Amino acid sequence: MMKVVEGSYGIADAVRCCSPDVISVYPITPQTHIVEHLSEFVANGKLDCEYINVESEFSSLSSLIGASAAGARTYTSTTSQGLALMFEVLFNVSGMRLPIVMTTVNRALSAPLSIWNDQQDAMAAREAGWIQIYAENVQEAMDLTPQLFKISEDPEILTPSMVCMDGFILTHVYEPVEFLDIEKVREFLPPYRPEYVLDPKDPKTFGAFADPSWFTEFRYLQYQAMERAKKKIEKVSKEFEEIFGRGYGGLIDTYSMDDAEVALVTMGSVVGTAKEAVDELRSEGVKVGLVKIRSYRPFPEEELKIALKDARVIATIEKDVSIGYESALLTDLKGAFYNSPIRAPIVGFAAGLGGRDIGIKQIRKIVEKTSRVLDAGIEAEFEIFDVKQECLQEGYHGR
Amino acid sequence: MRPKDLATEAANTWCPGCGNFAILNAIKPVLAVLDEEGLVAIETVVLVSGIGCHAKIADYVNANSFYTIHGRTIPVATGIKLANPDLNVICFAGDGDAYAEGLDHLIFAAKRNVDITAIIHDNRVYGLTTGQYTPTSPSGFKGRSTPSGLEVPPINPLEMVSASGGTFIARGYSHGIDLLKEIFRSAILHRGFSFVDVLQVCATFFNLYDHYNQRVYALEGHDPLDRVRAEEKMREWDYDSDGPIPLGVFYKKDAPTFGDNFEEQNPRKIDIEDAINKTLERYI
Repeated sequence: MMKVVEGSYGIADAVRCCSPDVISVYPITPQTHIVEHLSEFVANGKLDCEYINVESEFSSLSSLIGASAAGARTYTSTTSQGLALMFEVLFNVSGMRLPIVMTTVNRALSAPLSIWNDQQDAMAAREAGWIQIYAENVQEAMDLTPQLFKISEDPEILTPSMVCMDGFILTHVYEPVEFLDIEKVREFLPPYRPEYVLDPKDPKTFGAFADPSWFTEFRYLQYQAMERAKKKIEKVSKEFEEIFGRGYGGLIDTYSMDDAEVALVTMGSVVGTAKEAVDELRSEGVKVGLVKIRSYRPFPEEELKIALKDARVIATIEKDVSIGYESALLTDLKGAFYNSPIRAPIVGFAAGLGGRDIGIKQIRKIVEKTSRVLDAGIEAEFEIFDVKQECLQEGYHGR
Repeated sequence: MRPKDLATEAANTWCPGCGNFAILNAIKPVLAVLDEEGLVAIETVVLVSGIGCHAKIADYVNANSFYTIHGRTIPVATGIKLANPDLNVICFAGDGDAYAEGLDHLIFAAKRNVDITAIIHDNRVYGLTTGQYTPTSPSGFKGRSTPSGLEVPPINPLEMVSASGGTFIARGYSHGIDLLKEIFRSAILHRGFSFVDVLQVCATFFNLYDHYNQRVYALEGHDPLDRVRAEEKMREWDYDSDGPIPLGVFYKKDAPTFGDNFEEQNPRKIDIEDAINKTLERYI
């Protein structure tokens, strides 16, 4: 039976069903209700787990390193500045191959000070060796939680994961969701029994010094594990669908792509809006389709080549900017296709920065601009979308 | 200059009864008077705030100001002061800023004795995020992230700053504005790191007005130069017990400040070429 709950509550309940042993969080700015709901579960005896309130996000992830190395299933959640403060620790976690799972609530990075949604925070961490999967809606973010524990903890993978979900748009809205059944989750996600664990009877060192004769091989193994994760994500996604009856595609999903001439590529909550826009445009005879990227790391290069092989023009829509060169997804996509037979022009739009809405109107505008490439060629390969020119005028003081 | 000249047009969004009003209403007259007296020109004042309800004070005082990210008021203030020692830098930070996420900065500012003033809006709760515990929340505190009650005791920030080498240590309270003004004035005029922990009541999420009103008293006949006695007074209340809560300037000491001897250490003042040649001569 579906229930209408706040996104944060849905996620907290999904985490509860995964039975983590240790949760460590910094409960304030920037944070969401996810961790508060979890603290209630622990206080009410609904979740048997060590819950640590720490003094910073740096400490929350650091304390999970210890807990995970000692054999615990571990979870945390943060957003924007909190993720930025964790940056050093992110690499530590992935380098030590600790399968920590984190809900990364996507929000803009300061300055200017902002509390609203975009995906700059997680994008800035794309090199950190964490699996990153972006959810379209609350249900998907909930369902991804046990899936990512299962993938991360797989002995062939041992790589930490982020469930990325858009701040406010998903965390603070009320949506009808189907709660996970804890018994079914237990069947789907076996208890965490790590092979490499801190054990006085069998001493080990985690995070040891690797001189130049070793370091490269550690990175190589991480890279290989991330490559293997592609198949694992697909497999676990199918297993989940068999047990719970909800599927979302694998590394990517497609919508109205069969005869699409204009293809949009995007990720996160804007996918839902883009589907509406695609439906509208299709009803008007515009041959437009949509590719939803679920897994951004590992990057679904092969799947994208298949999905986009017949498109005549491709546009990325993403909520981040790599100041100095385009946006992350656009550059990755172009890189993925360069050595392939796909020659459709690719253009990119950085949109929805710092919480500016991307509605159907905006997506129609992007499709219009992208379609123009077919007649006029590429005018701008990359655009920061929806810039209010009047704000840039000298002496502008309006709102 | 009158305090109202320091007002701004920004709409105030603090809750009714918020202790931040007392800090705002104390700092404005203090700055106005210091400017009138020619001791601190308002143009040289820089207010540095952190993240939380308190930080909006930067919007409400018509002076130079700087919003920093969470926890980083003190290092930003330190940088401002070192780059331009003519400026008078006042930090406004919350207890989350100063005692949790940015605690290391507080310790090092006290250790360096950098000539800035740190005013901590210590409401002992995360107010902007609606009621989580902070490092100074009392044991047993039931907040949004500690529904079954906080298990760990609070820290005593005064003792901590004293142990770190702070040269001006005071406690104020958001009820009783005259004492607060007196403390702020001395703190700003003190040469060195001035630390003021203000018991600033969050009327919405942790209303301690009654609790404090029954327990606070102003230090009288206390010699702030007597460190032993000062530390005894700091320990009189540990932010957890029910004991009396002393207010005022606990400790004050004149000491060299960070940056005082930069001129002497300036490498431009040493003839580097000459120094290198002298060293090389030893090997030739």
